[in-house]
Amino acid sequence: MFTFTPEDEKQIEKIVGKYPVKRSALLPLLTLVQRRDGYISPEAMKAIGGKLELSPAYVQSVMSFYTMYHTHPTGKYIILFCHNISCQLNGADDLLAYTSKKLGIDVGGTTKDKKFTLHREECLAACSGGPMMRVNDVFHENLTTAKIDKILDSLA
Amino acid sequence: MKILFKNIDMPGLTSLSVYEGQGGYQSFKKAFAQKPEEIVEIVKASGLRGRGGAGFPAGLKWSFLAKDVFPRYLVCNADESEPGTCKDRELLEKNPHLLIEGMILTSYACQVGTAYIYYRGEFQHAADLMDKAIEEAYAKGYLGKNIMGSGMDLDLYTHLGAGAYICGEESALLNSLEGRRGEPRLKPPFPAVEGLYAKPTVVNNVETLSAVPWIISEGAEKYAAIGTEKSKGTKLVSVSGHVKKPGNYEIVLGMSTRELIYDLAGGIRDDNKLKAFIPGGSSTPMLPADKVDVGYDYESIQAAGSMLGSGALIVMDHTVNVVEATLRLSYFYMHESCGKCTPCREGTRWMWQILGKLQAGIGTNGHVDKLLDICDNMSFKCFCPLGDAAVGPVASSIKNFRSDYEELVKKLQGGAVSV
Ligand SMILES: Cc1cc2nc3c(=O)[nH]c(=O)nc-3n(C[C@H](O)[C@H](O)[C@H](O)COP(=O)(O)O)c2cc1C
Ligand code: SF4
Repeated sequence: MFTFTPEDEKQIEKIVGKYPVKRSALLPLLTLVQRRDGYISPEAMKAIGGKLELSPAYVQSVMSFYTMYHTHPTGKYIILFCHNISCQLNGADDLLAYTSKKLGIDVGGTTKDKKFTLHREECLAACSGGPMMRVNDVFHENLTTAKIDKILDSLA
Repeated sequence: MKILFKNIDMPGLTSLSVYEGQGGYQSFKKAFAQKPEEIVEIVKASGLRGRGGAGFPAGLKWSFLAKDVFPRYLVCNADESEPGTCKDRELLEKNPHLLIEGMILTSYACQVGTAYIYYRGEFQHAADLMDKAIEEAYAKGYLGKNIMGSGMDLDLYTHLGAGAYICGEESALLNSLEGRRGEPRLKPPFPAVEGLYAKPTVVNNVETLSAVPWIISEGAEKYAAIGTEKSKGTKLVSVSGHVKKPGNYEIVLGMSTRELIYDLAGGIRDDNKLKAFIPGGSSTPMLPADKVDVGYDYESIQAAGSMLGSGALIVMDHTVNVVEATLRLSYFYMHESCGKCTPCREGTRWMWQILGKLQAGIGTNGHVDKLLDICDNMSFKCFCPLGDAAVGPVASSIKNFRSDYEELVKKLQGGAVSV
């Protein structure tokens, strides 16, 4: 069963209050749920739609447009590994392969212990610090294999 | 000459008190003593142009707002997703109050009562920092009701997207901000007439809005005295790729690209030879090394066959495989095409597939011609500029480095074949 906590309700009120039209709160509410649960279930879509007077089908249609929303559980840490031009020129492909091997998962996969999900990402606006990856909200730049080890090994 | 990056590395600059200690929020007295239209005229006279990609004069855009229609909105474009571009993030994370000040001034000039900053979803951290800065600005009376006794009310909010390059295109951004799929809208009507919630809306880039406080404080003439005849002021350039010191540099427009690469960015890594550079972000045509003396300003780069774009200089040395680099850029546009119109949705995928064949060694010279044919069938035929942006890297890499394509065909096939 999907429910909003009292703390969520407070947040939702604040978010909806930012806009003259409720529908504008759709992306922020999807993000709120995803940050809490790690993904957005059909029940969550229905509940969010209920808050904003939108049908679950509409919610799903909008949600499916954006790459950051997950419909299935993900790892505790989501790694977005940039492979676009500036990072590519500085060796991102090899480092992504290294990370994939280190974690024992393919791009798009989640480790068995549900700790890491690895994604290949388009540009993340850290081009002059490439190669780079984003682990949850944190940007890590100028990566090397040693740096990747240090970052990933230090995460609990 | 530092306008945007003055004090950028000062510790604590994200806090209001440190920002004010550096002369921040001092432009209001001067601004509020004048009529909103006068502020628009000042920004027009300064020559400030949009820093998000198109280079459209900022003041002129403001003057296009539908007359006497309210409410009006201001939306700051902080979607920053063009490969190579990372300057807005630095401004947002290190100097949020500069943007707030610029947005207050712009809102005053455009008679806006509600403003939003639209961040790409991955900028959660930057948006959290901004929320704190906004809170401080409210507490100080710079936001909210009757700002500093001026009679002006302004509410400012952050809003996060969720992963989609196309949401940087202003009309797609507005759809996204309205809680819709981020597909572009038909233009006209332009946002200045029918934008957010179908009301008159100004959309400007982070860097554009961050330049406004200096212009108001120091005057239009002083700003217009910087740069070239038509490219006024300073510009942040994100330098990336094969340089020794990649980074964001604030330059006076018109500086030679050579100076930017070899002086500011320290030259090519390992002292290699320059082969190619993309001057203004992934959407702008690639140029060969012999164009490196081009002035870094809108007109000169255009005359050299490319565009200044968002100001992202991507440098490639002689070791680069141009086809491989183009393949990656092409993947990007295929991935980011919103799918609304056929030439872009199909064309980007087709180009990516052909480039993949060429790179894999199963391509022919006929494939190279086919790529040019697809480019031709996409140019100016797509619904929004993303389609043209996708053509840029492919067409320019073939134009300038066709021999790289042909070599790949020859090397791996033992002789050129045509289809
Ligand atoms: C595909 C596409 C992506 C864009 N991405 C951005 C972006 O990330 N940031 C931005 O400021 N402008 C972007 N733009 C340009 C905007 O549509 C718009 O022109 C700009 O935000 C206006 O602000 P300015 O006049 O201050 O530059 C993009 C345009 C297109 C066609
Ligand atoms: S050109 Fe591409 S991104 Fe733009 S509307 Fe058409 S499909 Fe969408």
